Amino acid sequence: MAYNLKNECSKPERFVGGHRLCAGCGAGVAVRGVLRALDEGDLSVSCVATCCLEVSSCLYPYTSWQDGFVHSAFENAAATISGVETCYNKQKKDGKVKENYKFLAFGGDGGTYDIGLQSLSGALERGHDMVYVCYDNEAYMNTGLQRSSSTPKFAEVTTAPVGTEMHGKAQNKKDLTGIVVAHGVPYVAQTTFTANFKDMHEKAHKAIYTKGPAFLNVLAPCPRGWRYPPEDLMTICKLAVDTCVWPLYEVVDGEWKLTYEPKKKLPVEEYLSKQGRFRHMFAKGAEWMIEDAQKFVDKKWETLLKKCN
Amino acid sequence: MGIRERLSGNEAVATAMRQINPDVVAAYPITPSTEVVHYFSQYVADGKVDTEFVAVESEHSAMSACIGASAAGGRTATVTSACGLALMWELLYVASGARLPITLAVVNRALSGPININNDHSDSMGARDSGWIQLYSENNQEAYDNYIMSNRIAEHKDILLPVMVCQDGFITSHAIENIELLEDDKVKKFVGPYNPGFSLISGKPTSVGPYDTVPFYFEHQYQRARAMVDSKKVILDVFKEFGQLTGRNYGLFEEYRMEDAERAIIVLNSSAGTAKFACDTLRAKGEKVGVLKLRVFRPFPMEEIAKAVSHLKAVAVMDKCDSFSAIGGPVFGDVRNSCYGMSNGPQIINYIYGLGGRDVRVEDFTFVYENLDEIIKTGKTGEIYRHVGVRGV
Repeated sequence: MAYNLKNECSKPERFVGGHRLCAGCGAGVAVRGVLRALDEGDLSVSCVATCCLEVSSCLYPYTSWQDGFVHSAFENAAATISGVETCYNKQKKDGKVKENYKFLAFGGDGGTYDIGLQSLSGALERGHDMVYVCYDNEAYMNTGLQRSSSTPKFAEVTTAPVGTEMHGKAQNKKDLTGIVVAHGVPYVAQTTFTANFKDMHEKAHKAIYTKGPAFLNVLAPCPRGWRYPPEDLMTICKLAVDTCVWPLYEVVDGEWKLTYEPKKKLPVEEYLSKQGRFRHMFAKGAEWMIEDAQKFVDKKWETLLKKCN
Repeated sequence: MGIRERLSGNEAVATAMRQINPDVVAAYPITPSTEVVHYFSQYVADGKVDTEFVAVESEHSAMSACIGASAAGGRTATVTSACGLALMWELLYVASGARLPITLAVVNRALSGPININNDHSDSMGARDSGWIQLYSENNQEAYDNYIMSNRIAEHKDILLPVMVCQDGFITSHAIENIELLEDDKVKKFVGPYNPGFSLISGKPTSVGPYDTVPFYFEHQYQRARAMVDSKKVILDVFKEFGQLTGRNYGLFEEYRMEDAERAIIVLNSSAGTAKFACDTLRAKGEKVGVLKLRVFRPFPMEEIAKAVSHLKAVAVMDKCDSFSAIGGPVFGDVRNSCYGMSNGPQIINYIYGLGGRDVRVEDFTFVYENLDEIIKTGKTGEIYRHVGVRGV
């Protein structure tokens, strides 16, 4: 059946309102969107790393999670869900569980690119049947906007501020999706929130229903940390993909495939200028920063196009 | 009854794990506990267990996977030593805080640094306040027996706390000694099926590990603390039942030649054997000496210890771990605390001994007994925080 957002949204919610995420937060949108891709009748357990999402969606005695939820620590969502999945396999074999369960892990970029990378790598290598979803908001937002290895170059963050001697973060963003692809897992994709959520939905469905480990890297903007009005979430995402700052692609059994190619590749300023975290890049004399950022995006984009051909 | 065998402490624990046949074992190799993982992996490879074995990439992930598996309602176990236990540190609290009855065989080894692979108790003693029940084992038989009993204690509906079963690295883990094993079917019957009160995969929506807010966190900590207090009775009940099955009767601690003793040494794990030998030698000369060997360190048997030492004149508490507190080791602290306020109680001193595999000889214990005699004769305790077996001290 062809994708239809209205139909998808009429399914029972697996992640309900009442949570305490900020207005316009990308994390909640990512979780709802990914969980919507579960087939009706299937159940799920999600392990959430310590992050904004965790502390905002399951505060004792309340929970927004209509399916299973487990949290144990910051750096171990992949290891924890691998334990749950392993136990499920055993209990399924023993005939103790009748229902069909799917296993997911959600972590922010801090919990995935940085502190949780070892745990993620281990779980990917072991081949657990799970989907790891990184909701990438490009900094440690839960602790107050510190740099992560996902923070793009020049973004102003509290541990790489803009000052007389520094221009925000000095290093480029780590290519986590590429690192995950190098594990040789069956399904890896980059996505974000497009107009009708089709891209994320289809990738999430493939990830969930591909046997073995799958990985989704979801650009999930943070209006507070990126400093743009909360209602501009979809505009920011659209600019991220149209400037090729965040290309949409998937890697199925090692085959790279672009899932969206902008009709006209926009200059990075279009994306950067909408966000307060890059404001200093538009000051007089800072033109070199824009050039540097554009060069990085162009190089990454060309490399990606080659891989996708 | 029973099966007479000769096994190392590691193989004894691995055998107990095979007989218990847990749902999930997640483990990572570290000396000197690695052998347990070897034996167990072979059981998996040979179909001798139904367990799903997860060879994780670190001890941190081992405990994380155990937490996930236990929260999914599986009987779950792991094994580690030293730095491996230290790497699990954060998750030890998560496991007991989520009231997950995981069992952990600790093969005691010194913590780095500098790195040392030999035995002392700095690993498990460092985790003594993590909400885990801790059982200590003098030899391979006790390691086996404690391990067989650990699930019954951990999974008791009033307790639901994880359990560490500790034994001394190399000294008992690698030494082959006689042992009496239970038949597989008897272990299976004794341990029984596991019926968790909740599970992530029960078909009902379940959330484990929430953010615990100010109005609730303290109450949950109180419940965990109460469970530790209440576990003493459950431990004794399980010991009693095990004694009826095997004829091997265990208590919270073992009192060795303590009835008429005036001086005693308090010790745990393998050094108790050496202490008993020193005790026997002095007893043969008519000296009134005894040994108190702790088996259950968490929960700490405060009243029982106080009662057991109340008739003594002097006690030396042996710590195979220095807590760098400037006032003595962890066992000493708890023993002295237990005796606080006792009228005419014994003089109590502390010895740090055997760190990083330093050989612990009969003469060391004889020396300690002699010092206790000196304290009784002079009435002066002198320095209470002492070290034995260190060159130049």
